[in-house]
Amino acid sequence: MKSRKAKVFRPTAFSFPYLAVTLVFVIFPLVLVLVYAFRGEDGTMTFDNFIHVFSEAENLRQLGATLGIAALSTSICLLIAYPVAFILASSPFNKMAILSLLFIIPMWINFMLRIFALQSLLSMIGVNKSYFSAVIGMVYDFFPYMLLPIYTVLSNMDKSYVEASRDLGAGPVKTFTRVTLPLSLPGVISGISMMFMPIFSSYSITKMMGDANTTVIGAKIANLFENQNYGNYGYGSALSFVLLVIVIIVMLIGSFLSSRTNKAPKGGKA
Amino acid sequence: MDNSNKATETVIATENKASVAVKKSDNIIEIKGITKVFDGVTVLDNLSLSIKRGQFVTLLGPSGCGKTTLLRLIAGFQTPTEGEIYIEGVPITSVPPHKRPVNTVFQKYALFPHLNVFKNVAFGLKLKKIPDATAKKGYRKLTKAEIEEKVNRALKLVGLADYGHRDVNSLSGGQQQRVAIARAIVCEPKVLLLDEPLGALDLKMRKEMQIELKKMHEDLGITFIFVTHDQEEALTMSDVVVVINDGVIQQIARPKKIYDEPSNAFVADFIGESNILSGTMEKDYTINFLGRSLACVDKGFEKNERVDIVIRPEDIVITTGEGHGHFNGEVLSTVFKGTYYEMEVLASFYEFTVQSQKEFPKGTKVSLEILPDSIHIMKKMLTINKYIGEVTGENRVEICGGEFEIPTEGFSSGDDVIVYVPFNAVELTDDEEDGVIGANVTQSLYRGTYYQVQVYTDTDEDFYIDTVDEWDMDDRVGVRINGDLVRLERYDREKEAEDEEPQS
Repeated sequence: MKSRKAKVFRPTAFSFPYLAVTLVFVIFPLVLVLVYAFRGEDGTMTFDNFIHVFSEAENLRQLGATLGIAALSTSICLLIAYPVAFILASSPFNKMAILSLLFIIPMWINFMLRIFALQSLLSMIGVNKSYFSAVIGMVYDFFPYMLLPIYTVLSNMDKSYVEASRDLGAGPVKTFTRVTLPLSLPGVISGISMMFMPIFSSYSITKMMGDANTTVIGAKIANLFENQNYGNYGYGSALSFVLLVIVIIVMLIGSFLSSRTNKAPKGGKA
Repeated sequence: MDNSNKATETVIATENKASVAVKKSDNIIEIKGITKVFDGVTVLDNLSLSIKRGQFVTLLGPSGCGKTTLLRLIAGFQTPTEGEIYIEGVPITSVPPHKRPVNTVFQKYALFPHLNVFKNVAFGLKLKKIPDATAKKGYRKLTKAEIEEKVNRALKLVGLADYGHRDVNSLSGGQQQRVAIARAIVCEPKVLLLDEPLGALDLKMRKEMQIELKKMHEDLGITFIFVTHDQEEALTMSDVVVVINDGVIQQIARPKKIYDEPSNAFVADFIGESNILSGTMEKDYTINFLGRSLACVDKGFEKNERVDIVIRPEDIVITTGEGHGHFNGEVLSTVFKGTYYEMEVLASFYEFTVQSQKEFPKGTKVSLEILPDSIHIMKKMLTINKYIGEVTGENRVEICGGEFEIPTEGFSSGDDVIVYVPFNAVELTDDEEDGVIGANVTQSLYRGTYYQVQVYTDTDEDFYIDTVDEWDMDDRVGVRINGDLVRLERYDREKEAEDEEPQS
């Protein structure tokens, strides 16, 4: 009994600093956003801010444009990253050294600096700021986030699945479509969510890489807060809140899909 | 798709060829001179093997002996460095795995986790093309109904009739094992390859699956090639056991013969428990070991040829009291093994392992009797140390990184020579400095009247030494050679390279 009392440290104690940080820097700001979103100029609770968000056609257009740019960048990134991950994971290239050299070291450089460098390079070869160059910026910046989860899944995949497939009569192509690809879907889905969500709420890349027409919803929110107009806080918070809900929905779809692909479909017969 | 007609033609052509080959021999698989080298390590060394149609063949050996590599070469997951494999007379080393008429049950089953039991089993069937004269291309795919019927039949065969809809991860190890078997046999392969399929199961499950696999083999009538390191499993299940060690086949025989007449000391030691001794053949039907001459059933050895002797522990007749048998001894320990007692008996300075239904307590004075047909006599694997060296001066020969004093009459300085050093010509010294070269003791086996010690030199060579002293493992010792007992032979490097017949 005595020894029990003497035990000051419990393993859970190590989570306290993290909890404190989360409370102060994550939970508290979220609550603030929520409060501002539902608070009128006179300080009473109101839905006015949300009505404002949905009544302005420009907001919906920008939300659509943001979804579009996020979806396009993510798709392009996936199409490039999957083959690269596949080659890196296949035996002769399966060396973490190559991987880190080519794809992780650029991440050590500040991302604004990288984007700035990319923008200079593009303008050097004559590519002007446009929707297109903004997408290039997104793909460039988020490529490692797409590559790593797919690479991890592919390189950890038991080779005997591929062998079993070949053994049962599937050629290399059918083995890929029927075994390797379905088994690597969890990596693809986590890659998509790691890229889609930050792109959806980011605005600095589009601001630097895109032209005036390439505005995203994140830029508008930033604008509303930066203008120092206290009345815009409620409007901006409501907009952020809508963005948050959309991201949560996308996340839920992602986790639902990945849990489905990990399980055998129910219901039996071929 | 233009090629597909051609492809079917080739299939038919090879089938015709195959049927010709079948008439010639009944071997479904012929492995000819297969060598496999991984990163400079020879895993299989010029191995040849024929497997008869419909047999249950077990590849047995310790881990790392090359048995799984051999199986993977047959399946097509690896290509041999040298040699050719024939299935029904058709060379297949350049045929990719998905076109070979074999299916594999993998060690860890490799069931597809994204598919349920039914879809796992149906995987191969959905890809299968069957000849059909009415179809445009001469073949067609199986229909849904056909697939369903075949899958259900296969699942029934392995006792999982109602498990089609189950998630493979929800099954027990034994059930996963059965699904893996069903998935392989549903494709109706000519040869089923099983890579240590029972290794992950508990003992009781393993025993059950052994019986079931054996029964499946009888029902299906196809050839099974089964890889295991478990000698009991091999003996229980197989028609033929192939014992492999260091990439070389040690013996191919029926289980009973493998057990009763092991072809060498390795097989004897690996299969079951045994007493392995050294002896000399005095004449036909008479063997001398541990200082006694005993009758045996073997003949055809040279007079006084040194041989290995294997005596199975259950073949030794043990009786209380001295003077009833060939050796008098004392029981050192006794252990109950479930259905018998196992005793260590010290007799003539050798520790015999003896099994008996009756318990002989520790300390009992006993007699051991060994009947002639219990003594299995094998040629010694190695009877002399052989090295390649160079004459460096008068009566000086360099081998294993040291200059030894050996008479060099008839040779001149700079000659390459083969140096034959008998086991009794080598002398070990406690102090490394007293020997010509240093070496580490790697093995010390008591062979009845003397110790056979093996030392490993710094130049990667082995010396076998017969000595009356016991040497401790890993001891650093010096090696000296009595040059008068050594024989030299001229060594022609080029000729030797051609003549050297690798053993198989």
